[in-house]
Amino acid sequence: MNTHSPARFPYTPPPELSGNGELRVPVAIVGAGPVGVACAIDLALQGVKAVVLDDNDTVSTGSRAICYAKRTLEVLDRLGCAETVVGRGVCWNVGKVFHRDRLAYQFDLLPEGGHKHPAFVNLQQYLLEEAMLARLQEVGGEVRWKNRVAGAAPDGGGVTLSVETPDGAYRVRADWVIACDGARSPMRDYLGLEWRGQIFRDRFLIADVHMVGDYPTERWFWFDPPFHPNQSVLLHRQADDVWRIDFQLGWDADPEEERKPERVIPRIRAMLGDDRPFELEWVSVYTFQCRRLDRFVHGRVMFAGDAAHQVSPFGARGANSGIQDADNLCWKLARVVRGEAGPALLETYDRERVAAADENILNSTRSTDFITPKSATSRLFRDAVLDLSVKHPFARRLVNSGRLSMPTTYRDSALDTPDADAFVSALVPGSPAADAPVRIAGRASWLLDCVGGSPAVLMFAAPERDAELEQLVALASGAKVVVVVPAGGGAPARDGIMVAEDVDGLAARRYGAAPGTIYLLRPDQHVAARWRRWDAQAFEHALARAIGRTEVSAHAA
Amino acid sequence: MRLETEPNIPAPDDFYQALIDAHAGLDDRRSAALNARLVLLLANHVGDLEALREAIALARDGL
Repeated sequence: MNTHSPARFPYTPPPELSGNGELRVPVAIVGAGPVGVACAIDLALQGVKAVVLDDNDTVSTGSRAICYAKRTLEVLDRLGCAETVVGRGVCWNVGKVFHRDRLAYQFDLLPEGGHKHPAFVNLQQYLLEEAMLARLQEVGGEVRWKNRVAGAAPDGGGVTLSVETPDGAYRVRADWVIACDGARSPMRDYLGLEWRGQIFRDRFLIADVHMVGDYPTERWFWFDPPFHPNQSVLLHRQADDVWRIDFQLGWDADPEEERKPERVIPRIRAMLGDDRPFELEWVSVYTFQCRRLDRFVHGRVMFAGDAAHQVSPFGARGANSGIQDADNLCWKLARVVRGEAGPALLETYDRERVAAADENILNSTRSTDFITPKSATSRLFRDAVLDLSVKHPFARRLVNSGRLSMPTTYRDSALDTPDADAFVSALVPGSPAADAPVRIAGRASWLLDCVGGSPAVLMFAAPERDAELEQLVALASGAKVVVVVPAGGGAPARDGIMVAEDVDGLAARRYGAAPGTIYLLRPDQHVAARWRRWDAQAFEHALARAIGRTEVSAHAA
Repeated sequence: MRLETEPNIPAPDDFYQALIDAHAGLDDRRSAALNARLVLLLANHVGDLEALREAIALARDGL
């Protein structure tokens, strides 16, 4: 039934079994899903030793994440594995919404030009995981397959994990643990943490179907179609001619009966409306829930991804937000492990990603309420919106079959420095930095390729500001300095700076920049601070604040 | 208050008649659909979320 045979990874008996029975490691990561592996790659790039423990020896099977949003692709790019994902993935722009027996309207995501990555790429999760694991191997990361964490005992100085393998048990003593062990997270249970939220009283049949033919790469969503009355249906394309089909079944459906091929095949046949051949790759029946932990940081254990928060799948916010958790957490943890920042920096992971989880839960709950109206009146308004959407563009904005996953702006974060100068730009302190095409040393590149991993400073059009630049390079210890000059412009070659030519003027426009404008970016490419003119003292304070540096050097005080 | 609650319709009787006439010949289900469409069209015309929230609160008052 399965057209993909998932990669299996070798289990090696851990050396600790024949030694003193304990592995000491700065960071242990529980779970080798996309979030755990993203953390492992990021920490490896930061030079922090980490080991990933996973109870299985293969990538995920079945119908899991399929859509990766632009911001996630940018994070994967920073980690060095976006090329495979974008290359193998399916790019889609056109969505169609059907109501009853007709097309209500169609939309085009019309991606704005001048970004390295598209708005969305579809790819089945196991292929994403394979690409990420290949990258982890490249950067020297370690995954211990068939190493099940069976218990966790945290104390003030670290965490002791009990690990079971086919050959026996041993302990891992880690200074820090990242729990990425999924929606059913055993780590949550070991720590006795409450898992609160809302369970939707509805069931969905999710089928991954292999069918070859000339079908458009579009997202189709049906409300109340004749072939599946009173319910919704979604059709979405993945790589290798695999299609994701969701049938809403209602709460009273029998999950065991509904996943039988003799029930599923006629449903798909009715939807396709013809005799084209297809094969079932995977079928399951799900209920959805929206819930999260109260806090994501519990002493020396940090929770990320589905282990920390769970959303309904409408809007593709599960894997996207999990990978963005990793993006937010790992640079902070690396600084704490290296002694460059205190544990207070990890508190900002909690604040920023709890706010992001709430945003995702809100969006996904709203989509679910539109798709599954909970009262007759709610259904009445839903149908009125769909009826009006045929002729009236305003109503199309109200149709909610899943809102595209957008990155969270970390507003009012302790790491941001509020604006003192006026800016006209969609960016604010806390926003993910905008991309733009640039030329570096005569070669086409992207602005986001120049930043990330460490703090970065963008200084716009600075050739005549040589003294300022010198001061900036001196103060920006450990930060990348990028001078953004207009097309055809140049800047004197200097150690420690990169000159990016703003070939289409999009960088200046997107950052609302004028000559002399300075942006400070965090290692996760979010805006920390910005100014209209150079101010050494303000810069030094903002940099210390953005990276949680405990002491600001004396001369800046 | 951003919501106009002072008289604002120049010919109130004409409006009221038009509203009731629109429902003529509709069963309860279709009448309800008409009302829902009307709310959505008018809400978009108002556009101001704060005014809409005020209207929702006033409409809900006493129910």
